[in-house]
Parts: sequence; C-alpha cells; structure tokens
Amino acid sequence: MAGRDDTLRPVDFRNGRVDMTHGGGGRAMAQLIDELFVHAFDNEWLRQANDNAVFAVPGGRMVMATDSHVVSPLFFPGGDIGCLSVHGTINDVAMAGATPLYLAAGFILEEGYPLADLKRIVGSMAAAAADARVPVVTGDTKVVEQGNGDGVFITTTGVGVVPAGVDIRGDRARPGDRILVSGALGDHGVAIMSLRENLSFETTLRSDTAALHGLVATMVAAVPDLHCLRDPTRGGLATTLNELARQSGCGMVIAEERIPVHAEVRAACEFLGLDPLYVANEGKLVAICADADAQRLLAAMRAHPLGVDAAIIGEVIEDPHHFVQMDTSFGGRRVVDWLTGEQLPRIC
Amino acid sequence: MKYIDEFRDGALARDLAAAIAREVRSDRRYHLMEFCGGHTHAISRYGLCDLLPANVRMIHGPGCPVCVLPVGRIDNAIALAQRPGLILCTYADTMRVPASKGLSLLQAKARGCDIRMVYSSADAVRIAREHPQRDVVFFAIGFETTTPPTAVAIRDAQAEGLANFSVFCNHVLTPAAISNILESKEVREYGTVPLDGFIGPAHVSTVIGSQPYEYFAEEYQRPVVIAGFEPLDVMQAILMLVRQLNEGRAEVENEFTRAVTRDGNVRAKSLVADIFELRRTFEWRGLGEVPYSALRIRERYRAFDAEARYGIVYRSVPDHKACECGAILRGVKTPAQCKVFGTACTPDHPLGSCMVSAEGACAAHYTYGRFKDAAIAPVAAAAD
Repeated sequence: MAGRDDTLRPVDFRNGRVDMTHGGGGRAMAQLIDELFVHAFDNEWLRQANDNAVFAVPGGRMVMATDSHVVSPLFFPGGDIGCLSVHGTINDVAMAGATPLYLAAGFILEEGYPLADLKRIVGSMAAAAADARVPVVTGDTKVVEQGNGDGVFITTTGVGVVPAGVDIRGDRARPGDRILVSGALGDHGVAIMSLRENLSFETTLRSDTAALHGLVATMVAAVPDLHCLRDPTRGGLATTLNELARQSGCGMVIAEERIPVHAEVRAACEFLGLDPLYVANEGKLVAICADADAQRLLAAMRAHPLGVDAAIIGEVIEDPHHFVQMDTSFGGRRVVDWLTGEQLPRIC
Repeated sequence: MKYIDEFRDGALARDLAAAIAREVRSDRRYHLMEFCGGHTHAISRYGLCDLLPANVRMIHGPGCPVCVLPVGRIDNAIALAQRPGLILCTYADTMRVPASKGLSLLQAKARGCDIRMVYSSADAVRIAREHPQRDVVFFAIGFETTTPPTAVAIRDAQAEGLANFSVFCNHVLTPAAISNILESKEVREYGTVPLDGFIGPAHVSTVIGSQPYEYFAEEYQRPVVIAGFEPLDVMQAILMLVRQLNEGRAEVENEFTRAVTRDGNVRAKSLVADIFELRRTFEWRGLGEVPYSALRIRERYRAFDAEARYGIVYRSVPDHKACECGAILRGVKTPAQCKVFGTACTPDHPLGSCMVSAEGACAAHYTYGRFKDAAIAPVAAAAD
C-alpha cells in the first residue's frame, strides 16, 4: 500500500492477537489491512486503497443482498465463518436468479482474538471468493473490546445482475406448481451442533456450505421461468416453505418420504429432539416451478454436482390459511409450522 | 435408522389401523388418555388420529413436565436467577414457560440473569465445578424419568464436596397424577370426562416399572397399556386397549417390553429413595394441590437443597384468567375449545403452559394439527 513504512515490523500472525489499535484508524490498522486483507483478497479494486470500489456494471436489473455471520464455533467440520460469509451472500444474490459480481466485507473483531485464527478465516474467505469468481472489492474493520464480541463477526454484501427474462420472487408460487430441493437437508446445522459446548458428539458429517450460483445458472438456463428460489438457511426447509406460502398467498403439501435427509442427520436429530426440517443448511436451495417444467428442472439440477440428490418434494395448493402440510411417511398428515423460538442459537 | 424406522413403518401402521377398525364396536365410543407428553407429541407429529376410527378419541393427559409446573415455581426460579452471581441451569423447554409479570426464564436471561440451558444434570455439575466462586443451582423438573439423573448429580456433588452446587427440586410423580385424574369429580362423580383406559408412560415406566399401574387397573377398573413413544407403539397400544375394553378386562399390559419390566430400574429407584422423600403436597398446574405427588431432597442432603439454602418460599399464583390449561390437562376440554387458543395464546406467545412445550396438548395441536380445525379442502397426494 502507498505510504507504507518499511521500518514497521510485520504483523505477528503466529503469536499476535487483535488489539484495539487494529481498529483505531492508525498505522497498525493500515498494516493489518495491507498484510492480511489486501494480501488475501488481492484484486485491482482493493489495491487502489480507496474507501470504496468503483466498477462498471452491465445493463439490466441489479440485485443486492447482505448477510451478517455470527456463527459459533467459528471453525466447524466442512468450513468456517470465512467461507460461510462468502457463500451466504453469494447465495442470497443467486436466489434472484442473478449472477453475483462483487462482494464487500465488514469485520468486527474482538480484542484478544488470535491473529493466526483470523488469518485462517480470511484465507478461507479469499479461497471461497476465488473459487466462486466473485471478488471482495471493498471492506471495513472494527475492533471491539474484549467481552463485547465473540471473536469474529463478518458482514458481507453482494451485488449481481439478473439475466433478462428471469423473474424469480417469493410471491410467484401458484397452485399446481411443484416444489423441489437441491439435496439432503440439515447437514450444516448438525455439523455445527456436534461441536457445541454440552452437546459435543462425534460425527462424520460436514457442513454443506457452498456457493450455489453455478447451480442456479444451470437451473435458469433449463427453466427460465423459475417461479421461486430460496436457500433454506436458519429455520430450515420448514421456515422457507412457510415464508414462500405466505408471500405467495397459497398453501403447500409436501411428502415426508420424498425429502432427502442423510441418515446421520436423522439420527442426530433423533437424540437431540430436533426436527431435520428446521435445521439450517448453507448449500441447498428450494425451487418452485410450473408442473410442466418440473422434470426438466429436476434433470438439470441432478446434472450439476451440487444438485445430484435433488428431488421433487411436493406441490403448491390453494389454501387461504397458507398452511404448509406434510403427508407423513407413517400415513397421516400434519402441519409443518413456523419455527417457534429457535432450535439452537447462532448457527450461521 | 436402525431400531427407529422399524417403529415408524407406514405399511405396518396401515395394517394396525385396519386391525383397530375391525376390532372397534360401532355401538360404543372409546375414550383413551395418553398420559405422557411424549405420546401426545407422537400422535400429533405422525398424524395418528387420521388413522383411527371416528369413535376412538384420544385425550391428552398431564404428562408433560413443563406443562404441570405452576407459575409460582417459575417465579421462585427467576428470583433465584436474579441473585447476584448465581448461575441457574435448566432444561430447554422450561426457559419459555410464562411466569408472573410477563416474565419467563428466557426473558429473565435477556434482562441479565445468568441462566443456562443444559441437556443433562451432569452439565450443571460441571458448570459448578468450573465456577467455584459462583453459586450454581440446577432447576430440576420432570417426572420419574429425569429424577434419577438429578439424584446422580446430588450424589456426585456430595462426593466431590461441591459446596457451590444445589438443586431446586420440582420432581413430580406419575401415579399420583393418574390417581388425581381418576378421583376428579369430572371423572368419578359427573362422568363428564369419560375415560375408558390409559396409554401408560414409556420412559417413566422404564424407571418405575409396570407394577405401580396395577392398582389403577384393579381399583378403578381401567385398562392400562404401557407403550413406547414411537407411533407404531401407540397404535399397538390402542389396539390392545380396544381389545381389553371389548372383552371387559381391566389389566396392566406392557406393549413396551423392549424397555419396561414389572419392577423397573431397581438401581435408579434405590438411588432416588436414598436422596429424595415425598412432599406432603405439591401444586400442579391444572390439577391444583395434589397430596404426596412430588419429591423433595432429604435432610441429610440439605446442603444441596436450594429451597433450604436460599429460603425459598412458595406462593401459589393463579393462571391467566382466560387460560384453560387446567381443564385441558384434566381432559375436560380440548385445546380448540379454549377461547385464547391460536389467538392470544400461540407457541410464540404462550399464555398457558400447554402451549409451551412441543409435548403440551395445545402446542402439539397448534403446531401439527390445527389445519384440521380450519376445514380446508382435502388434497389428494403431495407429489408424484
């Protein structure tokens, strides 16, 4: 970075810790930004060292989404808060059928947090952004006193463009439409829970955290008239379907036996007293399309690596009460209601 | 999932449903009470009532530990949590039970109390061990299933000399509650609550065994079938109850033989007897004061009794006026017959305790079954 003082000792990423000067606006902050963030995310916008990023955009409609990440623990099987914060916002942008273009990242660091861990997180973020080909072009860092944070909080904001002819919204589900999911549900939530204090249990499960824009692009190419897309993160599938039913003013019926859930997730939910339908996902999506498009959409999803276990799980119905109902594999029918309270604190 | 899927098999359920349909007599009704919240939850979650003939009615009993906890006891717990430096540990559902002044443990926590949700009494002991400078109280609730773990916590705390640990004991007893229901005026005198038989508790019975229910079958001439918490267990128990009623029998039968014996868990019972003794009386939400229906910590473990240690004084607090939890817990009313059900009282803003736990009759009906009250057009099948 311009003006860098060559006599400064490099940041001690082995034993150092975040201190108040890293957010103070002075030389220490500039050094951390330079040696950590700019180094990891390296791109033409960051290198300009402005407080913003200026870029050209294609014509048409843009989409913007933001997502704050406060996951605990910060590192979990299959990922960490770094890649999660990239995937989460890319997915929110992608759920409009859009191509994500750029990300911004805001960090709130707690005084005393090991710089080595921060470096791992930023490295994971940079790798996720590079894999997704969506650069982090601007950012912000703040430090809060010890006890006022939980290590690292990350807020990411993304912008993208919606291809012409695509109109994906939560209020477009219509009676007769089919409901699809892109794969097995609940992996992320259970992977996180397995590490929780008081709960720790051994599992081979890994978080499903992934950027879904590639899958979405495939889906939109196959079925441009996709009606709804949403990623069932906090609150799981049940919450997402209730949101879509309310927005669209309709009801839904799903079939329990068609919903893909890994045996490990079912088992963990069984002994924790949870319902997999309410457990968080970070690399899955729910899609709703016209009946006539459903098989084509399913085939397109299954042809993509992130959709091999995709399934049609139900249909949209008329219902003034906007209930989401489920035919249980046992033979009865029940409501799949909004989540009451929370199943577990802070999972994404 | 092995040992689980076998008990949730849809094809077997249809066979059992057909067997029940063949067995029921069209000239009578069958009013069966499932005592446990675990059964209530299974019935609602799997939509079991859809598989039963119209003249078999399930009545949800008071066996949900959170639901029968009176407001006054939650108030006591909140007062404890408000003591400077004290850590209160409790099981999850307890956090949301409404107490006086619009508070709950969850809201007390938001106001700065250190209240921790634990999965096990052993976690409370561990927290006490990790914070020797702070008082740690385990707010113990539940039936005979959760009592032995509390006993183990007290035993371990004593062995370790954990001076900062104590238990606010609210453990209650199943047989006393069943007696109370059978002795109630609605059942015994007026006959307004027809009660033909009981599905007996699953997990409670693994501890106390099947023997304690023999008295009810004999004295009140009501059949009891002890059943597991899986949906097929419940269906099988209903079939067994229908058969007993048709044949004029009133016996204790055990459907849950894979876990329940006549004598139960002798070791657990002896540990519980060593640490706890009967209270003369205890207030239950919905049932009122029930004599000899709960446990307290024996004198020799007084050091671990939060009631003695903090001089807890119990004050009875009436339920919200519009709340029908009492009548619902006794089987006098169904959740949908309560005026505030689904309006002022919902799982997000419960007025009564039956709306709190997923095992509560109101919450189970609200969460899983209320579409049946709404009478929407039936739909053929989900997807093809």
